[in-house]
Amino acid sequence: MKYLLSLAVRSAWNRKLTLGLTLMSIALSVALLLGVERVRQDAQDSFAQSVSGTDLVIGARTSPVQLMLYAVFHIGDATNNIHWQTYKDIAANPLVAWTIPVSMGDSHRGFPVVGTTTDYFEHFHYGESEPLTFGSGKPFAGLFDAVIGAEVADHLGYRVGDKITLSHGMGDIGLTEHADKPFTVSGILARTGTPVDRTVHVSLEAIEAIHLDWQGGAKIPGFSIPAQYASKFDLTPKEVTAILVGLKNRAGVFKMQRDVNEYHTEPLLAVLPGVALDQLWQVVSVAERALLAVSGMVVVVGLCGLIAVILASLNERRRELAILRSVGARPMDVFLLLSAEGLFITVSGILIGMALLTALTATFAPIIQSHYGLMIAPRFVSYDELGLLGIVMGVSLLASLAPGYGAYRLSLADGLTPRI
Amino acid sequence: MANSVIQIKNLAFRYPVADNVCLDIQELHANAGDRIFIYGPSGSGKSTLLGLLGGVLTPERGRISLLGHELTTMSPSARDRLRADHIGFVFQQFNLIPYLSVTDNVLLSCRFSSRRHSRAIASGNGLHDEAERLLDHLDIAPELRHRPVTQLSVGQQQRVAAARALIGRPEIVIADEPTSALDAERQSAFLDLLSRECIAANATLLFVSHDRRLASGFTREIALPSLNRAQAAQEVA
Repeated sequence: MKYLLSLAVRSAWNRKLTLGLTLMSIALSVALLLGVERVRQDAQDSFAQSVSGTDLVIGARTSPVQLMLYAVFHIGDATNNIHWQTYKDIAANPLVAWTIPVSMGDSHRGFPVVGTTTDYFEHFHYGESEPLTFGSGKPFAGLFDAVIGAEVADHLGYRVGDKITLSHGMGDIGLTEHADKPFTVSGILARTGTPVDRTVHVSLEAIEAIHLDWQGGAKIPGFSIPAQYASKFDLTPKEVTAILVGLKNRAGVFKMQRDVNEYHTEPLLAVLPGVALDQLWQVVSVAERALLAVSGMVVVVGLCGLIAVILASLNERRRELAILRSVGARPMDVFLLLSAEGLFITVSGILIGMALLTALTATFAPIIQSHYGLMIAPRFVSYDELGLLGIVMGVSLLASLAPGYGAYRLSLADGLTPRI
Repeated sequence: MANSVIQIKNLAFRYPVADNVCLDIQELHANAGDRIFIYGPSGSGKSTLLGLLGGVLTPERGRISLLGHELTTMSPSARDRLRADHIGFVFQQFNLIPYLSVTDNVLLSCRFSSRRHSRAIASGNGLHDEAERLLDHLDIAPELRHRPVTQLSVGQQQRVAAARALIGRPEIVIADEPTSALDAERQSAFLDLLSRECIAANATLLFVSHDRRLASGFTREIALPSLNRAQAAQEVA
């Protein structure tokens, strides 16, 4: 048995080039499979953690998914806004600890602009209850101050003190600019890996101010109020788009939700962010499953390569196997010889693949983080991944038995003189 | 017949997919120390006969007994063991495993047979000494023994294969056209070496060839086409 193993090793070493290539192809497929799985997992995690600590998200009545889309991800438009009085009522509710009003509808070069209060920087949490922190600068204080997310700053190369102009509406081109009222970047938030990175934050009053000389979504022709006079007007917001609410006691969340949903003056919707995020994830998970299927296919191709190489080498090894047979090796020995090789190749392929992936994530995690806002933590194999690796192992075990069985049959049929 | 080594009686063999019987032998019998030359053109059933003797093929009917063991009633693994313990093979060419050294190739026989392993140790001062002794006898210079076997000439490779067949003193040595890749001069030199070592080990040598000119120096000569009734029947038909 021991001698058989040493024979297998020496035989494999003799064919190291082909086997090395097979090994690499398995390692690469395993790295790809695990890599996709991890990106998928991390994407889901960072998605689920786009907002935390917020007990309810409240907006005009619509679908929960759509409310989450515009209130948290700033994608799409609100169907309706909430009156300022309603906001004040909700904020005054005894169950409520804090509120963050958000007002949307403007953008800056494709990035959404959110009007809010400084409570945002205090109460908005993401990830495992992590607060927002400033990479540089400070919250907005003046009327025309803006706080930008890390990606906005990176992408557009902004620093504290730079002047920016907002555009009316969402999108990138063909928008009317609020060019008469430029903003000054007062702070840049540290990267969070959430939609906050892509957002420009200004005060609710600023949103009012830039729309003073607007009516019905368009600038009033021949009429303009210069920026320096804007503060003379009453800038109390008339409407907000959504409200993020933190409760004093989480136990009150369902009562609060019911109260809001049954609010008399206007139709409202309150959703639990976790539940809505899960629903939202269901929508995008088709793409995620497609990814997983692709990487599964890659592994299958890698294993097919393994079988192909071993089966092809079987023919050139017929002489070697016949010699072993002639000196007394049993068909079972031949079977073990080939199966051991296949097993060894797949096990080391998997190990190398995992090492490769760890090295790659360690190297590229910062780049991925800064380019895609996706945090990929280098980590040991998770339980789910073990299952995945188990499947790969099982398939490859079967794959390596097939050539072994082939050799077994061949060595019986060939007798001592293979017909080549 | 106390010292009967090979005994074949009323043997017939047919390949699984073939219609006709390929080999049909009434009787073949060899004693210890016999050196039998079996010749026949290709297709006369030489390889089949060797496969049957080696226990990797099983006959349709009849009996093959080696050293008193009835092959046809043994399990496949018992036949494998019998072959490992008592038969040394030399093939036409490519006898050696390319990734093993010369000495390891010779010792391969002892790896799968503990009997030959212990007999090789008993006959000399140790396993490696016995391999060296045989290689000396078969004119493999010491400096060749550490080279990869692929760098040896065909003649040298065949002599290494002979050493492997002989180590551990198996009772039977079967050579299947071992000289066909050699030129005439080396053919007879190889034959002489092989015969000499078989005599020294008192082994029964079965030498199979299509070339009848090599027959000198053997104790007996058998023409396979006349021995094989299946072949004769086909030629008549």
